[in-house]
Amino acid sequence: MALRGNLRDFTITQLLNLINLARKTGTLIIEGPSETAQVSFRDGKLAYARIGREDGGLASILYKANKLSAGQYRAIQQRASSISDKELGLLLINAGYVTQEDILTNLQQHFADIVQRLFTWVEGFFRFENDQMPPEDRINVRLDLENLIIEGSRQLREWEQLQDEIPSLDMALKFTDRPDANLRKVNLSVEEWRVVSYINPKNTIRQIANATKMNDLEIRRIVYGLLQAGLVEICRPEGAPVPQPARMFPTENKEEQKSLVNRLINRIRSL
Amino acid sequence: MQTVKMVVTGPFNAGKTEFIRSVSEIDVVSTERKISSALEKTVKEATTVAMDFGRITVDEDLVLYLFGTPGQKRFDFMWEILSEGMLGFIVLVDSTRPETFREARSILETFRAYAPTPYVVAANKQDKKDAWELADMQHALRLDPKVKFLPCVATDRDSVKTVLLELLYSILAEMEGGEK
Repeated sequence: MALRGNLRDFTITQLLNLINLARKTGTLIIEGPSETAQVSFRDGKLAYARIGREDGGLASILYKANKLSAGQYRAIQQRASSISDKELGLLLINAGYVTQEDILTNLQQHFADIVQRLFTWVEGFFRFENDQMPPEDRINVRLDLENLIIEGSRQLREWEQLQDEIPSLDMALKFTDRPDANLRKVNLSVEEWRVVSYINPKNTIRQIANATKMNDLEIRRIVYGLLQAGLVEICRPEGAPVPQPARMFPTENKEEQKSLVNRLINRIRSL
Repeated sequence: MQTVKMVVTGPFNAGKTEFIRSVSEIDVVSTERKISSALEKTVKEATTVAMDFGRITVDEDLVLYLFGTPGQKRFDFMWEILSEGMLGFIVLVDSTRPETFREARSILETFRAYAPTPYVVAANKQDKKDAWELADMQHALRLDPKVKFLPCVATDRDSVKTVLLELLYSILAEMEGGEK
């Protein structure tokens, strides 16, 4: 029977456990809420991962990790776009730009980050293709799954807690009216300041996350901290269409509605 | 016959069924089932799986229905359905179980997102000796001082009446405010 199903019934943790214990080789394809992830394994170890439309190429991974400058990255894209990651890796090592360890460490980190992101997916179809391996031109790694599963489970618990605290990213944030709340007295990290700079009842938390290039977990973490510190509060976004509640009153007439509420008040008082 | 409805929500074992039972003129139609989770079983034996349903006849033309939401999170798909067309809602919090405050906060935010209707928060079980003080709960629940936060004993009819009346006053005030 093919390994396929829905994350609602079989979680990422369970899937990775199974792949690890059964030492499976192949590619796990998960169609998540807004993007698709492809994670490849060899003998139960993580080999390669790619998510959504991310380039996932060696040059872009090294550039994001500040191992290549913007100029070097641009030059590679312009002149070496047709060579494989394996060839590019050798060229970069021979040119002395990076070491073999730099390449392996950053690839492992990049693939592990993708797998960690998957732990927050609770909805989506998955299938495991036994005979599908990553493209030949990409460099594979061999990363044990045990640590990823432990770290992912820890993040999952944090994620669940944060989701309880901030159930919707479509709400906005505003600064509290508390007179003792003074941002200047608070030590905020660079990431927190970036979020703070976008706080405005017109911006939803999701829009702030997009503007600051944070994923759901990262933005929830920061918003949770700001909420706990009493610096901000959640509000309905300004200008957003107020959801039209289903008909609350049996009549459209305002005076009749008021009369109805007054009748309810009198009745409850008389109970 | 005209009908209106209010929703009573809150975490597991907050006292929603008792709250409705205290004022309903009919026996509360409750769909309770034995609890399967060992952890939750230590708190109570049965829980509401779909909804509670109570009724207060106002006069020959008007009936108020009270709906209680299921407290366990796995039934939260019912919340949106129950919130449709409500006049307002009450979030009931168990004052003796601080471990449920975070969930209460989450339920409040979820219902606020469903509909911009008035609401009040009631601190139930205030008669218990280990109940948290209202001021402490207000901070723990991160409630805006403008939100009505009321002490409550769900088994006491007068206490429940006060909570319902405060919600109705808020509904009236919002209607009058909306006209200005």
